[in-house]
Amino acid sequence: MLVLPGEEIPNQGLKPGPGTYRVGGKVYASVLGFLSPRPPFVQVIPLSGRYIPKPNDVVVGTVTDVQSTFWLLDIGAPRWAPLHMTGTPWKVDVGETERFLKVGDAVVVQVENLDATGRIGVTMNGEGLGKLEGGTIVTITAARIARVVGRSGSMIQTITRHTGARVAVGQNGRIWVDGAPEAIRRVSAVLHMIDEDGQRPGLTERVESYLLATMPTGPTGPTVPRTEPRDEPAPRGAVATDDDDEADEDGPDESGSDSDSN
Amino acid sequence: MSGEVTAEILTTHILDLAAEGKRLDGRTPDEYRRITVEPGFVVSADGSALVRLGDTAVLAGIKLEPGKPFPDTPNAGVLSTNAELIPLSNPTFEPGPPQPGAIEVSRVVDRAIRAAETIDLTRLCVTPSEKCWTCFTDVHVLDHSGNLIDASLLAAVTALAHATVPAKRFGIAEADYPLEVQHFPIECTFVRLGDTIVVDPTFDEEQAAQGRLTVATDETGRIVAMQKGLVGAFSPDDVKEIVGRAFVHGERLRAFARGGSA
Amino acid sequence: MGSVGAKEVPVLLTPDGRRIDGRTLDELRPIRIEAGALHQADGSAFVEWGANKVMAAVYGPREVHPRHLQQNNKAVIQCRYNMAAFSVDERKRPGLDRRSQEISKVIAEAFESVVFAEEYPRTSIDIYIEVLQANAGTRCAGLVAASVALADAGIPMVDLLPAVAVGKVGGAIALDLRKEEDNYGEADLPMALVPQSGRLVLLQMEGHMTEEELARSLDLGVQGCRTIYEKMKAALRERYAVGPPAGGAA
Repeated sequence: MLVLPGEEIPNQGLKPGPGTYRVGGKVYASVLGFLSPRPPFVQVIPLSGRYIPKPNDVVVGTVTDVQSTFWLLDIGAPRWAPLHMTGTPWKVDVGETERFLKVGDAVVVQVENLDATGRIGVTMNGEGLGKLEGGTIVTITAARIARVVGRSGSMIQTITRHTGARVAVGQNGRIWVDGAPEAIRRVSAVLHMIDEDGQRPGLTERVESYLLATMPTGPTGPTVPRTEPRDEPAPRGAVATDDDDEADEDGPDESGSDSDSN
Repeated sequence: MSGEVTAEILTTHILDLAAEGKRLDGRTPDEYRRITVEPGFVVSADGSALVRLGDTAVLAGIKLEPGKPFPDTPNAGVLSTNAELIPLSNPTFEPGPPQPGAIEVSRVVDRAIRAAETIDLTRLCVTPSEKCWTCFTDVHVLDHSGNLIDASLLAAVTALAHATVPAKRFGIAEADYPLEVQHFPIECTFVRLGDTIVVDPTFDEEQAAQGRLTVATDETGRIVAMQKGLVGAFSPDDVKEIVGRAFVHGERLRAFARGGSA
Repeated sequence: MGSVGAKEVPVLLTPDGRRIDGRTLDELRPIRIEAGALHQADGSAFVEWGANKVMAAVYGPREVHPRHLQQNNKAVIQCRYNMAAFSVDERKRPGLDRRSQEISKVIAEAFESVVFAEEYPRTSIDIYIEVLQANAGTRCAGLVAASVALADAGIPMVDLLPAVAVGKVGGAIALDLRKEEDNYGEADLPMALVPQSGRLVLLQMEGHMTEEELARSLDLGVQGCRTIYEKMKAALRERYAVGPPAGGAA
């Protein structure tokens, strides 16, 4: 159910969770989003706005500043996130940070911790994290990422299966896509389709029919996978997390259009 | 939603695509985004037009006021063009005095309007040396998704072409009358992406560009203004090619200025 | 606002209680609200209200510029209300005059009263209001547009902020003044309401009113705000609505 800031929520004894507030025994929504009862809490999952970081989120960022012991990353969050030189798999000396990452470089990192001042601690230590080489970045609304992943990763699997592209989904709405130029273009088109149209039922069908209609035809018919698949694993993030399922259940698609896809 | 720093892999991807004659949004190098023109958008202005160039939106408004001719042109009215790149239109714009980018747009638009003799300034003279009309063109950029110059001049010329001289309101004549434009300058902007020269760049393409060239032409086949901008270079052959393409696009865009939405 | 030369005061109220544009005393001008009208901003809205046209954009929460404005325990809310040069009869010089700066301040403070700013310490929430065409009540139209833009940007807040001006024209208390009523009327009272609490977070007044007239004006304004509130919610619901299944093939 869509709720707007200031709307009273029938809380049925539940406690106010994220996206809500309580005044005089009544609970109200504080953000625009879908109502989601999570006993003992009731919460509102935002449908719009900037990416709000959560610990363990894997995100795609861009270096915006280089200091002697850390880099500042734009991850589309309210604040820039410092990546300390010790949070990398590299042995970095003080003052040598620019040798490893410079302004404009794209990286996959994981949110480690958040403190009360809004500081976002991130790390590059972990499987699938690191500097991104090649490919490109597509940016969509962070709140739409659950749709991009789909239930248990069904949507992202559909996209990669039909295009042969390698995709790393950042929870912050930034998606790294690599592959043949045409594959990147088709993935990008699908991502924008999900961004603009992701709340309407039948999303999986629309995405699949677009991908089938744009399938490039070679001399031997449709060429599904990329001709030269790479060995290295795709960066992390393409894997559905619990949160993705959560938002899915609350969305209008729950009638099962997503699960029909497989 | 662009970040403050464009990721280098995005820039590289734009250049890789351009090398194959392709673009991020699927356009050919010689293709404009969708154009819509809405004359008379603002009734408080004496003439106005809202122009959309893809996701870019620009509003131009004309105001005519009685003033005094310049001593060296006693028989001519006065033109004044001003562009505001307000912080509403892009995350990179800050409030404050006009930035060099805004001043460049103002001046390049102004130059084309003047050089093309868009308005017969002697028609704006009321009493030689004493009284004339001052024609203010104010360009308000609402959504900056690239190529502000072309959108701004198209909006300005459309607004001028649909403007009324408020002679009755100021007690100068019995009735208001149309301003009338005698020439229709159109600016077409190209950027270099490697060896490929593309028209009507998006914001991201401008970030990746290795030089920008704007060519203003009018309906009589004259070139009336040019401006090379951004870091980068063009060969004389590049310039000749761009001018040829500017005439072709200019003809098509001019139909919008004359008649509003086509 | 600009009228050229002296004009006679128009008849603002007919004996049968009709206003200069035929409205009754408690009738609003037509309002159209479009949520998400821009592409670059984090949230945006366009409002056409009578002959007013106002665009609002919200950026943030984001890093604070200039940095010395940063607050350790909450987001700073900055507002810039600006009028386009061609938005009024007599061309307005571009840039912020004292009136615009005052309006920017009271609007920013109205939003500070409802936004949960403490959720985003050391950041800035920037609200930009551009008046493209003005016909009295632009600060209220700007507030309404900015409020919808804030919701569109996912900013947490107590409630949306409907706003309207009440005034006194031809001796009568009237809702939502248009330009002639604002220019020649006896009083103008813009206000913004938090529907959830029933409290006012913007209130200004200029002109002459008795205590009894003020009391009635407040009641009429609150009633008008509640009507506008429904339109604001409808605009957001339309933008975020789950439409019917795509008819036929995609």
